[in-house]
Amino acid sequence: MEKERQVLVVFPHPDDEAFGVSGTIATHIQNGTPVTYACLTLGQMGRNLGNPPFATRESLPKIRKRELQKAAEVMGIQDLRMMGLRDKTVEFEDDKKMTKMISDMIEELNPSLIITFYPDFSVHPDHEATARAVVRAVRQMPEKERTKLHCVAFSNGCEEILGAPDIRNDISHVLDIKLGAMKAHNSQTAWMLAEMEEKWNNKDPEVMNRFQFERFWSYQWDKDNVK
Amino acid sequence: MEPITIGNVQPLIDQFAGKPVYIHLETTNGAYASHFNEGFFSAGAYIRNAKVTYEHGKIVGDGPFRTGLKLEIGWIYAEGLTHFEMDEEGRLLMAGHGFDGKLAVALEISETPFE
Repeated sequence: MEKERQVLVVFPHPDDEAFGVSGTIATHIQNGTPVTYACLTLGQMGRNLGNPPFATRESLPKIRKRELQKAAEVMGIQDLRMMGLRDKTVEFEDDKKMTKMISDMIEELNPSLIITFYPDFSVHPDHEATARAVVRAVRQMPEKERTKLHCVAFSNGCEEILGAPDIRNDISHVLDIKLGAMKAHNSQTAWMLAEMEEKWNNKDPEVMNRFQFERFWSYQWDKDNVK
Repeated sequence: MEPITIGNVQPLIDQFAGKPVYIHLETTNGAYASHFNEGFFSAGAYIRNAKVTYEHGKIVGDGPFRTGLKLEIGWIYAEGLTHFEMDEEGRLLMAGHGFDGKLAVALEISETPFE
């Protein structure tokens, strides 16, 4: 992994960072790079409330906020920003305001790398709206000065269009931190982790491969069609 | 939250009748439904802090339950409700958890606006 000056991670939901990016974040922090994580919502609309329910629609955001703070602590993030938007409404926000929110952070932090979702390939409307805002903000920069933009893509068939991810970080040295970050988001991850952990303990090759490598696509500016 | 019984919840619905209240109503399949099953038609609706006064409200069914609130010139209802709670702020929170335990529908009534 290249050494960065400052990393800015932008996702809409607490736990978006855990599965695909937490090892990369932890590695940057271990390299001495400051990492800012801007989390746009508190995941207020999460559907996992337990069975029997341990949370209500109204108590969930408080729980997810604590989980986010815990995950940031596990990864070693010093600068966690909760941006105050509401889950599942990001795409309905004013596009100019969204772009400015990201531009302001770029101006303030001067990141050498930004990590977010890949627009059109990230499934959830909040992911897509977040990704578009980041692309619009970076696009405003003079072409030669644009911050590196690494994107997470996971829609069905995304590799057929985007090709293979050009960045593949082996994060095996921080697997325990990654597991810790995933566990911190207990209200959303407990069920999945219960199933996964057994495979993990048995060193199931598919699970190990899935979690050991974090994959990103550099944003393809020559094919940029974000509105 | 506790499992709904009509005996438990009907008096709570009655308690808010005739007063200006704020309603939260949502129904969802989750944003990933069509990702995991491309043949799935995903739909949902969400309204937060609608200010209404209902003449009367009723909870019916054998579980999951349905709740309907009769307005002066309209209706609010939700289907699939399984659990409820009167929270520490005196709000009636009703929720429907699907067979997978995930929230599928919520109907909430409060005398103060939701956050």
